[in-house]
Amino acid sequence: MGRVAKYTRRAFLVASVAVAGGVGFGVWQYKRTLPNPLEPDAGAVALNPFLIIDQRGVTIIGPRAEMGQGTQSTLAALVAEELDVAWEDVRVEHGPPAQAYYNSALIAGHKTYKHDDAGVMTGLAKAAAEVLPKMLGMQVTGGSTAMIDGFEKMRRAGATARETLKLAAARQLNVAVSTLRTEDGAVIAPDGTTLSYASLAEAAAKIDPPGDVTLKPASDWKYLGRDMPRADMVAKCTGTAEFGADVRLPGMRFATVRINPRLGGGMVSFDATAARDMAGVEAILDLGDGIAVVASNTWLAMQAADAVEIDWESAPYPETTDEILQVIAAAFEDKPNAVPQDLGDVEAAMATATTIEAEYRVPYLAHATMEPMNATALFEPGERLDIWCGNQAPLVARDKAAKIAGLKKGQVHVHVPFLGGGFGRRAEADAALLAARVAVQMPGVPIKVMWSREEDMRHDFYRPAAVARMRGAVADGTALAFDGRIAAPSVTRQSMQRIAGFAPPGPDKEHLAGAIDQPYAIPNYRIAGHLAEVAVPIGFWRSVASSFNGFFHESFMDELAHAAKRDPLEFRLELAEAAHAPTARVLETVARMSDWKNKPDGVGRGVAMTWSFSTPVAEVVEVRDSADGIRITRGWVACDVGTALDPGNIRAQMQSGMIFGLSAAVSGEITFDGGEVEQFNFPDYDPLRMHTAPQIEVQVLENNMFLGGVGEPGTPPAAAALANALFDLTGTRARELPLSKSFDFLV
Amino acid sequence: MTTRISVNGMGHEVDLPGDVPLLWVLRDALGLTGSKFGCGIGACGACTVHVNGQAVRSCQVALEDVDGPVTTIEGIGSPDDLAILQAAWVEHQVAQCGYCQSGQIMQAASLLAEVPDPTDAQIDEAMQGNLCRCGTYNRIRAAIKLAATRMQGG
Repeated sequence: MGRVAKYTRRAFLVASVAVAGGVGFGVWQYKRTLPNPLEPDAGAVALNPFLIIDQRGVTIIGPRAEMGQGTQSTLAALVAEELDVAWEDVRVEHGPPAQAYYNSALIAGHKTYKHDDAGVMTGLAKAAAEVLPKMLGMQVTGGSTAMIDGFEKMRRAGATARETLKLAAARQLNVAVSTLRTEDGAVIAPDGTTLSYASLAEAAAKIDPPGDVTLKPASDWKYLGRDMPRADMVAKCTGTAEFGADVRLPGMRFATVRINPRLGGGMVSFDATAARDMAGVEAILDLGDGIAVVASNTWLAMQAADAVEIDWESAPYPETTDEILQVIAAAFEDKPNAVPQDLGDVEAAMATATTIEAEYRVPYLAHATMEPMNATALFEPGERLDIWCGNQAPLVARDKAAKIAGLKKGQVHVHVPFLGGGFGRRAEADAALLAARVAVQMPGVPIKVMWSREEDMRHDFYRPAAVARMRGAVADGTALAFDGRIAAPSVTRQSMQRIAGFAPPGPDKEHLAGAIDQPYAIPNYRIAGHLAEVAVPIGFWRSVASSFNGFFHESFMDELAHAAKRDPLEFRLELAEAAHAPTARVLETVARMSDWKNKPDGVGRGVAMTWSFSTPVAEVVEVRDSADGIRITRGWVACDVGTALDPGNIRAQMQSGMIFGLSAAVSGEITFDGGEVEQFNFPDYDPLRMHTAPQIEVQVLENNMFLGGVGEPGTPPAAAALANALFDLTGTRARELPLSKSFDFLV
Repeated sequence: MTTRISVNGMGHEVDLPGDVPLLWVLRDALGLTGSKFGCGIGACGACTVHVNGQAVRSCQVALEDVDGPVTTIEGIGSPDDLAILQAAWVEHQVAQCGYCQSGQIMQAASLLAEVPDPTDAQIDEAMQGNLCRCGTYNRIRAAIKLAATRMQGG
């Protein structure tokens, strides 16, 4: 449970500005302050949505879900840098769901290497213009956007508070504000008089904050640009960090659910006769598309749920993986949904040069967060509904839960503890809403609804399967033409339908992210998207479409390099140098880090580069054969994030993204039979482990013109770099994931 | 059906059926939520605790089979008094989402109790049952080596 709800009588909340609504969002015309969501008790005055100063010190609200990416720590560092407060005195909290915490970068979209905003997601925002009012309220953690959104906003919140505290001190000491300085949570006068922020907070809260403040130049930064200790680290190393699964309330009951494994189908009937008399069982609830068992202990609930006999309806999509993939491939027969990139004359170039063609396939993928889906809910009829759920989009959960409970939105309170992994899975509201549906049937009783791992893996919003058909031409040792067509169900359309009840029509550029706008100067360069209608639930999966397009594009780039009889890294480097210098630098850097030109005997090496979320990332993977199978021994990553706000955390995220991509590439696969997912638990869907994960080195460059995302861009190049390394080692070109279908890996 | 168990040096009487796994006794009955539920089949290691000083998957040990004192992540150190291993974890900034780290630390503690100065191969062998979806393995390895050095007075 967050402490935000408990801000005490002693808490003085410092007013700071139009920050909430006005800053950092270029098209926002009205310098109005959005309602501050922090609800103080009587006595506390004006509020800044990002900062609370009370007798205990400084609490910074990092209004993005902390799911491992370190976002709350860096958001807090942005505020602390300007506020002049000692890092060890800062506490960080998520804060309540509120419009004030909307994510402007998610709406504005990422940048292409051409430095414009015409890249992916802008298309989404434009197409979704009719639902923009709803999107404006989106407090979403996703799309690798938190720093891009918060860089200006959070620093301004800290600077405004600092200046307001100085004004309060100037009045109290009767000196000019310009004579005052700040340090370590205090205002210091020329004569050495030191007034702590806590002692000034009450007075500061009554002062209109200055509308215009000066931000520190980067050369004065103490926290930004350095490896900062994460605010959540000690808690996470001592078992004291509270995840959604750990929420405890007085009188709480423990529940689990069984929902139709034929996803989206209903329930014909169920027989709970055997389950009802089992130990600890208190209630078995009909949820319409499944059942919930409420018990005195989670495991007893799970045992009883297994004993409920349920007759399920069939699935609203083809029953087997093969049939589903046929539907996806058939989308090539329709005219493309989007051709957002068509440079030069591909057909003319194909007629004059050496050409190659290839088809690639990738499977559905689960998120498999370490913490299975769960949520806790407490319903007081006609009054309020509280939901505790690790969630990347709490306002969506709140609004939909209000309908379930027959309450107004303001009567639903969503609390966001730590997320035991998100990767896009927790952008969905389903776990929160299931808990709400259970709670509504048992008013006044707090209930934690914990999914089994099997329920989690078999009720995901999967990364969709996709098929790519590539053609290309080489001449004189370089790429003359690149012609890619990519078919998959649309994540954008399906997720927007779920969130807003409205699927944007028209071209879906997001479907082509990671394939379009790649910084390679290929003269004839076309990318087309085809959309398939398949009702299997799909959603955002770390780097979304870039996760498959990175594999498609960079595998085929390798094939073009070999067709051109060139070194694959030098082939890319030349094309990047002519398009975008910072991208060339990441390729050069990863070549130097891996000593690319001096490959040891007996190893295979592959390279790949993907521009995604405004960040170019180049990766090299090394593989070796052994008696126990192929082992991925080493990895090298070079990325360019423009300004590295926390290099240590960025290195961790790049390693993490690479391992996430490699895990899926080696063995990740969700398949269907009888309309049901065939994978149940980790042995069926096993990520890399300590002995199979490579040792990874990362270098973070800062040549780019703008801030790039960090949480996702490490993933897209990983699968291609591995497949290219395996080709180098074995001479076998694998064009289908997972690669365990084509190679024997160490397990 | 009351069962007595000792957890982190404290005795508890638990009123649950004997086949309830230790994990769910700790989490739901005793409120010790540091040990995590990840898979329920002993495949991920998030629930790792010590029984008689040995690392076990608490989701696979029935309450009635607990034959000695139990130690959980809460029992080896606290935020104000970190164990050497926990301090090494903090120094290397190991955790990302953090959900698996209780189990990782308890497994590593068991390893270092048996092998004070483990090789990379011994770390691979001991830690391969503990999944981390954030991919923190490189830093886990570094933290284990740092803790090993510290425990030997280094």
